[in-house]
Amino acid sequence: MAEQDKPTAEQPNRRDFLYLATGAFAAVGVANVVWPLVHQMNPDASVKALASIEVDLSSVETGQSITVTWRGKPVFIRRRTEAEITEARGVAVTDLPDPQGDSERVQKDEWLVMVGICTHLGCVPLGQSGDFNGWFCPCHGSHYDTSGRIRKGPAPKNLEVPTYEFVNDTRIKIG
Amino acid sequence: MSGESTYNPGTGFTQWLDTRLPILRLAHDSFVDYPTPKNLNYWWTFGGILTFCLVTQIITGIILAMHYTPHVDFAFNSVEHIMRDVNYGWLIRYIHANGASMFFIAVYIHMFRGLYYGSYKAPREVLWILGVVIYLLMMAAAFMGYVLPWGQMSLWGATVITNLFGAIPLIGENIAIWLWGGYSVDNPTLNRFFSLHYLIPFLIFGVVILHIWALHVPGNNNPTGISVKSKQDTVPFHPYYTVKDGFALSLFLILFSYFIFFAPNVLGHADNYIQANPLVTPAHIVPEWYLLPFYAILRAVPDKLGGVALMFGAIFVLFLLPWLDTSKVRSARYRPLFRQFYVLFILDCLLLGYLGAQPAEGIYIVLARIGTIYYFAHFLVVLPVLGLVEKPKAIPESISEPVLAAKPAE
Repeated sequence: MAEQDKPTAEQPNRRDFLYLATGAFAAVGVANVVWPLVHQMNPDASVKALASIEVDLSSVETGQSITVTWRGKPVFIRRRTEAEITEARGVAVTDLPDPQGDSERVQKDEWLVMVGICTHLGCVPLGQSGDFNGWFCPCHGSHYDTSGRIRKGPAPKNLEVPTYEFVNDTRIKIG
Repeated sequence: MSGESTYNPGTGFTQWLDTRLPILRLAHDSFVDYPTPKNLNYWWTFGGILTFCLVTQIITGIILAMHYTPHVDFAFNSVEHIMRDVNYGWLIRYIHANGASMFFIAVYIHMFRGLYYGSYKAPREVLWILGVVIYLLMMAAAFMGYVLPWGQMSLWGATVITNLFGAIPLIGENIAIWLWGGYSVDNPTLNRFFSLHYLIPFLIFGVVILHIWALHVPGNNNPTGISVKSKQDTVPFHPYYTVKDGFALSLFLILFSYFIFFAPNVLGHADNYIQANPLVTPAHIVPEWYLLPFYAILRAVPDKLGGVALMFGAIFVLFLLPWLDTSKVRSARYRPLFRQFYVLFILDCLLLGYLGAQPAEGIYIVLARIGTIYYFAHFLVVLPVLGLVEKPKAIPESISEPVLAAKPAE
């Protein structure tokens, strides 16, 4: 081996370069092959295609709720009573575990639309029960109020409000 | 105890094979003339029983897969089809379903045996760790298997467990969606759980081979915890322990048969005979009995991430056990204080198991918190401290000494 080819700390030789370059190529190649194997488990095109629904609300009276399915999850749509709205507005927001005013959670005061999945471990809470007259999750004891906000129990967050819009006065589009 | 091989091929064919693939030599040295401590008691028969359980689950599982349909619209009905239409389908399914429980009964006895006699201590740390890996794989297989009948407990059990991953900060939500293949537990989830449920038993089989390999390097521990010193301390595996294991297995099969033929649904939940409904959660979600202590720990913590972390921590701490126990004495026979704490620990596990089945409210939560604290204290405080302060009893010179001393002189 010629004197200048000997590896030193300052001067790596040609073999070092080839070694690293081959390794880098192999790593990129493996990553490219692994990604499809991992990504195939994510929601597929047919699942994503069911991403939005429209719901007719004309038959829902004050004090009634309906549950619709959206993306495989239940969505609670409740036409709230005056008392429920007042109760939801009467709470100091800063006292809440996940502070959020009632008006940030609804588009029209009367209509509360939210995903009916407990933010703890995904059970479906029971309506009009619990210590705060809202929802109660029987699995691990989370209590939600009349605005669907977490008040007591292990759940970390308020019930999720999905993206929705009023198409007209009696129809909403979720998703 | 990888000593000299005593295999002696008798026929021309076995001699020919032995120079090409010495598989008969391996079997002979591992399961026939394998030197085994002569004082093993019946608590040592559960390794064989567990192997039997694994093979039973694999055979019945392969058969069930011939008749089962992993689709949300057909899964529930295909299970009823197995129960009603398939020849002996009810028997095969009940063996498989109760076999899972039997597997866990045996593995818990096997693990508590190891805890009592210090089988996790040097030089058997890797053996113990491989055992914990098998235990983890068993829990994953059992959980996914329970989802397949697509009853109410299947769906909601799967929902609760997969949501545990949602507790991971930042990426949790994406991990949950990735596991589901959708936005909730649905058909893609069922389909992939079936695939993985079929895979895991073969992974377990592989790790079992490593487990036995790691066992056969230092050799069996024994009730005295003293290492084998001479040939006087051992007997050949066959016939001494093949017969003992066989007898214990027969007794175990009586219990197994009782459940299969007389109480096939006692260990399950009635709710799982209601088809899965994503809009209604059963009032009381309970996992299978063998996961209850961990479920109690999960619910004892009022914080989502904290509960999940402690639940996984309760299993992870087992990996560290060989280094947490500071006592050099293996067997609890010579550790008077450890014996008392060992009993307390068993009671604590039973308490947590009971609490896991109760509703998460009132006194049950308080007790679950105490139980959880004690569970971790046993590993993180009691075991490290005990090794330093405990004065062990006099330890015999050899395995043979106490055996001979117990016998009246002839």
